[in-house]
Amino acid sequence: MIRPGKMLRQVLKSIFKKPATTKYPFVKATMPDRFRGKLKFYPERCIGCKMCMRDCPAGAIEIVKVGDKAFECYIDLGKCIYCAQCVDSCMKKALESTKEFELAALDREKLKIKYDAKPGEVPKE
Amino acid sequence: MHKVVIPIGPQHPALKEPESFSVTLSGEKIMKFSARLGYNHRGIEKACEERTYIQDVYLTERICGICSHSHSTCFVQAVEEIGAIAVPKRALYIRTLVGELERVHSHLLWLGVAGHEVGFDTLLMYTWRDREIVMDILAMLTGNRVNYGINTIGGVRRDMSPEQGKDILKAMDTLEERTKYYIQVATQETTLIQRLSGVGLLSHDDALKLGAVGPTARASGVDRDVRRDDPYAAYADMKFKVITDNHNDVYGRTLVRMGELMEAYSIIRQTVKNMPDGPLTVKAPRKIPAGEAVSRYEAPRGEDMHYVKANGTEKPERVKVRAPTLANIQTVAKMLENRQLADLPIVIAAIDPCFSCTDRLTGIRQVGKRKRNVLKWEELHEYSIKFYQEHGVDFTNLNNKLTKLLK
Ligand code: SF4
Ligand code: SF4
Repeated sequence: MIRPGKMLRQVLKSIFKKPATTKYPFVKATMPDRFRGKLKFYPERCIGCKMCMRDCPAGAIEIVKVGDKAFECYIDLGKCIYCAQCVDSCMKKALESTKEFELAALDREKLKIKYDAKPGEVPKE
Repeated sequence: MHKVVIPIGPQHPALKEPESFSVTLSGEKIMKFSARLGYNHRGIEKACEERTYIQDVYLTERICGICSHSHSTCFVQAVEEIGAIAVPKRALYIRTLVGELERVHSHLLWLGVAGHEVGFDTLLMYTWRDREIVMDILAMLTGNRVNYGINTIGGVRRDMSPEQGKDILKAMDTLEERTKYYIQVATQETTLIQRLSGVGLLSHDDALKLGAVGPTARASGVDRDVRRDDPYAAYADMKFKVITDNHNDVYGRTLVRMGELMEAYSIIRQTVKNMPDGPLTVKAPRKIPAGEAVSRYEAPRGEDMHYVKANGTEKPERVKVRAPTLANIQTVAKMLENRQLADLPIVIAAIDPCFSCTDRLTGIRQVGKRKRNVLKWEELHEYSIKFYQEHGVDFTNLNNKLTKLLK
C-alpha cells in the first residue's frame, strides 16, 4: 500500500510529547560508570616506572622524579585523548579515570595540570 | 549546449565533510564528475609508523569517527595475525557485539542524513532520536559514545556484565520496533520512494567492474560480505543473512541498510545470549615478530582493509589503510553520468562517504608542469626551505644549529 504522509500521525502525536533533548547545562549530565574523563593521580602509589608515558598515544602525561621515591605528574588535558591506556598500563594503580568531563578552558596553560608529590610518604605496595 | 565546469567543495553546503569535486555541466545535466581526493589528508599511516603498536590502536581508532571500532579491530586483527596471538573467545564476542552496535548507529545516522538530503527532515529528527538509544548502550558498555577504546592487542579492555546484557536486549526490542516502522515508511511513503527510485543507478556489472563494496555493492545485487565470506571475530558462530537488493539505485541502498539493521539486531541478540565465559585478554608481546598481514573487516560502509608490516621492533614498519569510501567513490562518477545536478547531494550521500578516512595520499602538482610527481622527503624539505626564503623567512641558521646539536 502506497500512501503519502506516512509519518504524519507520528508527527502529530509528537507535538504533545516531552522533548527528547535534555536541558544541559541547567540539568547536570551524568556520565556512564565506565566513562573515561579527567585523570587522577595518586603520588604515593607511583614508583616511577614511566610505563604510562611510554604507552600514552598522545604524549600527554609526564612523570618527573622530584626526590627519593617521590614523583610528580604533569598531564596536558589539551593533548590527552582520554583513552585511559595509562590507567591500564600502570601496574601500581597510581592513575585513575574520573567522570569529570567539563574541562574546557580559554587558556591553553590552564589545561596543563600538575599533581604534586607528597614528600615523606612511603610508597605503599 | 555550452559546457560549464563548476567546483564543488572543499567547503560546500551540500557536503558534510570537506572534499573537492569538479562537475562538468551542460545546462542542468552532469556530463562528467571527478573527485580530487586529498584535502583531508592527515598522515595517519606515517604517524602509525612512528608509534608503538599499543599507541596505534588508539590512532587507527581515530581514522573515522563513525566506524572507529571497524578500523581499530581491523588493525589489531592484522597485528594479532603477525604475532600469532590467540584472542580469547569472550573477547571476540565482545568485539562482534560492539561492531554490530556500531553498524546500528551508523545505519541509523545514514538514514537520517539521506532523509535530510532529500528534504525529508522529519525522518532525520526521528531516526537520530532513536539512534540515541544505541549511543547510550555503547556509552554504557565501553565508556564513550564514539571512539570506544574497547580494543587492545590480544583482546578487549572492558567486559559485559549480565545486567548490561539485559539492558542491551531490551534496547534491541525498542530499536527493532522502530526500524520496522521506518521500513514501513520507506516502502509506503510515496514522496520518499519517488525521490529515491532511479536515482544514482549503478548496474550489477558496473558495481563489479568499479569494485564497489558494502551496501552500495549489495544494492546492485552483488552478494558479497566479509562477515560471511571470510569470517573474523565471532561471525563464524553467528546466523545471519546477507541482504542484497536489485533496485540498483538509492532506494535499493536504503532498503539494504534497513535490512542490515534488522540482521544486526539478531546478531547482537546472539552475541549477548551466547557470550562464552573466559578471560578478556591474553598477554601480547610489545615487540611483534617480523612479518606482514592483511586484515579485512566489514565496516558499516563496506569492506575495510588494513595491511601491517612488522619488523620485529615495537613499531610497525608500514601500515596501509584502504577505507571503504575509497572503493566506492569511483562509482559516484558512474552514477551521476547524464543525471541532474540536483541529484548530486543524495547520490554522494548514498554511498555513505567518509572522506577523512579515505584521504591517504596527496599528489603534488608542480606549478607550470602538467606532470604529477611525488616528492621525496629531501625534495620536500628543500622545497619548504626555498618557499620560506622566498617569503622572507630564513631557517638556515637554525637548521645549522640543529644539525650541530644532533651531532
Ligand atoms: S603512574 Fe604508574 S605507570 Fe606511571 S610512572 Fe607511576 S607507577 Fe609507573
Ligand atoms: S588517557 Fe590516554 S592520552 Fe590521556 S594521558 Fe592517559 S594514555 Fe595519555
